[in-house]
Amino acid sequence: MLSASLGLMIFTDPAAAVNAMIDGAHGAVELSLNLLALYAFWLGFFSLIERLGLSRGLEKLLRPVISRLFPSCDAETRKFITMNVSANLLGLGNAATPMAINAIKRMYVGEPRASVDMIMLTVISATSLQLLPTTVIGMRATAGSANPADFLFPSLVATVLSTLIGIIGVKLCAKIFDRKKRSAVSDAPSAPPLYPDSARGKKTKRPRNKRAKPSMRRAPRAAAVAAAEVKKT
Amino acid sequence: MSAYIIPVIFLVVLLLSFLRRREPYGGFIDGARQAVDLTINVFPYLLAVMVAVEAFRVSGASAYLANMLAPVLGKVGLPKELAELLFLRPVSGAGSLAILDGIYETYGPDSYVGRCASVVYGSSETVFYVATIYFSQSHIRCLRYAIPVALVATYTGCIVGCFLLRFF
Repeated sequence: MLSASLGLMIFTDPAAAVNAMIDGAHGAVELSLNLLALYAFWLGFFSLIERLGLSRGLEKLLRPVISRLFPSCDAETRKFITMNVSANLLGLGNAATPMAINAIKRMYVGEPRASVDMIMLTVISATSLQLLPTTVIGMRATAGSANPADFLFPSLVATVLSTLIGIIGVKLCAKIFDRKKRSAVSDAPSAPPLYPDSARGKKTKRPRNKRAKPSMRRAPRAAAVAAAEVKKT
Repeated sequence: MSAYIIPVIFLVVLLLSFLRRREPYGGFIDGARQAVDLTINVFPYLLAVMVAVEAFRVSGASAYLANMLAPVLGKVGLPKELAELLFLRPVSGAGSLAILDGIYETYGPDSYVGRCASVVYGSSETVFYVATIYFSQSHIRCLRYAIPVALVATYTGCIVGCFLLRFF
C-alpha cells in the first residue's frame, strides 16, 4: 500500500510525501499515548472482573451452548473453546487467542484442510463477540464525545447478528460442501488400501469410512482420500 | 439510557469487589500495569501502518477508492466516508484504529459518520489476523469457507448496526 501510494505521489506531489509520512509517525505517537491511557483504564477494570471470578461463571453458562456447536470435540478441547469464547465476550482478546490455538491443535488430526469444527471456532471469533467495545468507547471519550457509549445498542445487535450469521453460514456450508463429497465417496471404489500420509509424516488415522457413521466431521477426511485416489490413477 | 451502562457496570463490579474483599485497588493497579507492555507491543505496528495510511490518504489513492466504493455503500445505507475503514478493518487492527482516529478527528465522534464508524469498529474483528493466528501452530493450509463466511457475516452485521443507528 505504501509503495503504491508513494509511486503515485512521485508523479503528483513529491514534496508532500515526506511531510505526510512524518505526520503519520507523529499521529502514531499521539494515538499510542491515548491508547496507553485507555488500555490501562480498561485492563485495570478487567482485572477486577477477573478477580471476582466472573469469567468462570460465564464459562459455566456457556458450556451447554459450546457442546451443541461442537458436538464432535472431546471434553478437553471443549474446555479450551469455552475459555476462548468467554474471554472474547469480555473483550480479553489476548487471553482468548492462546486458548483457541490450543483447541485447534487438539482438533488437528494431520490433515491440511480445516475441519468444520475448526472453521466454526474461527468464524465465531472472527465475527467478534466482544460485548463491551472498550477501545471505541475510550477513543470516543478522548475525541470529546457527548456520550461515548451511545452506539452500544446498535453495535451489540451488529455483533450478535454477525456471529449468528457466521454460525448459520458455517452449518450451511458444511451441509452443501460436505454432502457433495460424501456422495463422491460412496461412488468411489470401496476399500481404499493405502491412506496417503498427508502432512509431514504425522501419524494419521486410518480411514474409517466403513464402520464410521457418516458424520459431517469425517466426511472431508474421507473425501481427501478419494481425491488422492483419483490423482494417483 | 446507554449513558448509564458503563458507570453502572463499574459500580457493580467495584461494590462486589469490596464486598468479597478482593482488593479492588491492587487489582486495578495490576491490570493497568499490563497496559504498558501492550502499548509498547502495539506501537511499532501502529507507527508503520500510520505512515502508510497517511501516504495513502495524501496521495489521493484513498479518495479514489472511496469514490469507487461510494455507490455500493450508498445502496446498503453506509456513509461513503467509511470506505477505508470497511476495507482495512478485516485486514489490520492497527490500520483500522488509525482510520477510526482520523474519522473522529475529521467528522467528530458524535456525527452520523463517527457513530457509524464506532459501530463498524466495535462490532467486528480483524478476520484475517484471527484466522492466521489461530492456525499458526498447526499445519493447516486450507481454511475452506472460514474467511468468506466470516466476512459476509461481519459486513451484514455492520449494515444492520448502522441502520439501527438512525433510531438510537
